[in-house]
Amino acid sequence: MATEILMPALSPTMEEGTLAKWLVKEGDKVKSGQIIAEIETDKATMEFEAVDEGTVGRILVAEGTAGVKVNTPIAVLVEEGESPAASPAAAPAPAAAPPAAPVAAPPPVQAAPMRAVAPDTSPDWPAGTPMKTMTVREALREAMAEEMRANPNVMLMGEEVGEYQGAYKISQGLLDEFGPRRVVDTPITEIGFTGIAVGAAWGGLNPIVEFMTFNFAMQAIDHIINSAAKTNYMSGGQLGCPIVFRGANGAAARVAAQHSQDFAAWYAAIPGLKVVMPYSAADAKGLLKQAIRDPNPVIFLENEILYGRSFEVPDLPDFTIPFGKARVWREGTDATIVSFGIGMGYALEAADKLAHEGISAEVIDLRTLRPIDYDTVLASVMKTNRCVTVEEGFPVGSIGNHLSATIMERAFDHLDAPVINCAGKDVPMPYAANLEKLALVTTADVVAAVKSVCYR
Amino acid sequence: MAARKTSDKSNVSKDELLKFYREMLLIRRFEEKAGQLYGMGLIGGFCHLYIGQEAVVVGLEACTKDGDKRITSYRDHGHMLACGMDAKGVMAELTGRIGGYSKGKGGSMHMFSKQRHFYGGHGIVGAQVPLGAGLALSDKYKGNDNVTFAYFGDGAANQGQVYETYNMAELWSLPVVFVIENNQYAMGTSLKRSTKSTTLFGRGLAYGISGEQVDGMDVLAVKAAGQKAVAHCRAGNGPYILEMMTYRYRGHSMSDPAKYRTREEVQKMKDEKDAIEHVRDLLIGGGLASEDDLKSIDRDIKAIVNDSAEFAKESPEPDVSELWTDIYA
Repeated sequence: MATEILMPALSPTMEEGTLAKWLVKEGDKVKSGQIIAEIETDKATMEFEAVDEGTVGRILVAEGTAGVKVNTPIAVLVEEGESPAASPAAAPAPAAAPPAAPVAAPPPVQAAPMRAVAPDTSPDWPAGTPMKTMTVREALREAMAEEMRANPNVMLMGEEVGEYQGAYKISQGLLDEFGPRRVVDTPITEIGFTGIAVGAAWGGLNPIVEFMTFNFAMQAIDHIINSAAKTNYMSGGQLGCPIVFRGANGAAARVAAQHSQDFAAWYAAIPGLKVVMPYSAADAKGLLKQAIRDPNPVIFLENEILYGRSFEVPDLPDFTIPFGKARVWREGTDATIVSFGIGMGYALEAADKLAHEGISAEVIDLRTLRPIDYDTVLASVMKTNRCVTVEEGFPVGSIGNHLSATIMERAFDHLDAPVINCAGKDVPMPYAANLEKLALVTTADVVAAVKSVCYR
Repeated sequence: MAARKTSDKSNVSKDELLKFYREMLLIRRFEEKAGQLYGMGLIGGFCHLYIGQEAVVVGLEACTKDGDKRITSYRDHGHMLACGMDAKGVMAELTGRIGGYSKGKGGSMHMFSKQRHFYGGHGIVGAQVPLGAGLALSDKYKGNDNVTFAYFGDGAANQGQVYETYNMAELWSLPVVFVIENNQYAMGTSLKRSTKSTTLFGRGLAYGISGEQVDGMDVLAVKAAGQKAVAHCRAGNGPYILEMMTYRYRGHSMSDPAKYRTREEVQKMKDEKDAIEHVRDLLIGGGLASEDDLKSIDRDIKAIVNDSAEFAKESPEPDVSELWTDIYA
């Protein structure tokens, strides 16, 4: 019986990929385990093996095709004696699952609709600046490369940043350009290399430490807080620590409790740190360049799901975005939605839906969580009189809790409704697809919260 | 009872012996004064005295050149005095005054001097070890021949990050001397109660790092071993471990009743191994100095220490505005 070979999901966040190369052609016999194609995912180029034996009946997707959705049939395998034509597209394909991921399941994370940048209210670059489309991943890489070219003391260290080209391909190409002195592969030893990086910063370097994900930075949090954040104060201002700790933060997709946590509120609680959590590619680039130039320790919280998203980025040889300046993505009059990082996706989507129902929501991206741009938030709340915060982290001691308290203290008389905090649920992240969805904040949560503060 | 060990003094000059005597005595008298001020309530919080261990830092500082760096734990007063930091600034930090090295904001455990390349003063046991290796990384990156001394105790030697650091320091050939100040007690836990393998420098062998055990009560032995270690590092051969066998006479901190060891044990060390008495014997016994010469040094030291105490009492507390400064560079 003919079997369809489906485009495999080869990483937790892969939704589509490029069929880079076929290593077989129609009519070839293949054995189980034989490499039949090379597939480029959002992270790497992977070899794809046949699961079943058979003959390649038809190739449905030509090599070089980009944007092939996971689970799309890419070829048909026929049994001996079977006609290639006898390959019904509708036939069930139970055996075609590649070993790496359960392709029978729907893609785990719904891609937020790709959006052009809203009416550009950003004061971060001059009006009329030419823009180019770029993923968050490319923006981060460009930021590091530009700063490394500009300052010989900027260096990158972390697990798999060099020869492997980055676990999430953020550092791709940097080893080739800057060499192993400046792009340092470390052993898997977070507290050790973090301490070494902090010492190197005191010694006059500007290290960028990549944590493969911030979950692993918990091993190193003593050096981040006790060594990097506090020493300038403890030394009476003698010993600043110019260092950037960056990496993926928050839930990815289906990687369960130990690999799915948003640390924004933890780090934002610490005086001596600066904390950045960008949403768009332009912010990722401008804020990372700013972080590398900052004489203080900066926590730079990225998001694996956002790495592959494309945005418009100013096509300038050099631009930075200052810390402590929120960005108003969407102006509105009925309620203020404050978010940051991946939460912005839900916030903007909710604002779109609310607009259809006649509710005009203003959407603010904090961008940096230390310092926080209270003024922009308060001014907006004083205008709309209602506020909803959106974040992915745990609900207790969240950024939203802090904003609620600040709004209560400084704009109490302007509030027409209690502030509602939309956050992740108060549970460790479950693995099961349905439970994971329930544990995360959703657009529907945000829509419901805004309606609630509007008494609608 | 064995007689006090007399080390080979063929390579030491009278001037150097007098310098060692003076520097070790400064640390001891300074620490005694700090203990006194603590008792008077002028110094608060934790205060860990270095009395008994003076030969370690004095001997190793004799091996340094300008540009070399040092970093240690919270038992740090001796290291600061030995690397040339001003006694007044150290004492005023202990009393939490604006004239202290950290403007009173760090205290006993957190002082720094970029000018003297002293990088603290760290309160988390073992944390200074990777930090020190990082300082060494910065020098290697810049291509100079500076060396970093990363001091830690026998207690810290059981922290995992020490071994993570050994691995990377050797892998990347970092110019760092790991100095284990083995005073035999991690707070109240003796070495034998915390580990089966009590030869601490030997653990470096698993990572390919050479090292040796040194009589840390003998400043000349310390210096000789330090020179060997420094030469190893400066030549680009990577790290080296010195396990200094030493002893603290006082408790772990000012609030330690020291019930975990006998008075006799402490007295025996003082009688037989005291680092300052050892140098005094070499000077007097060798006819290099008279009792009067040494008394004159004692008077000088006493004056320096008293001046530092006066300064530390008179220096004002930091202005309240200092609460909000230095959070960011």
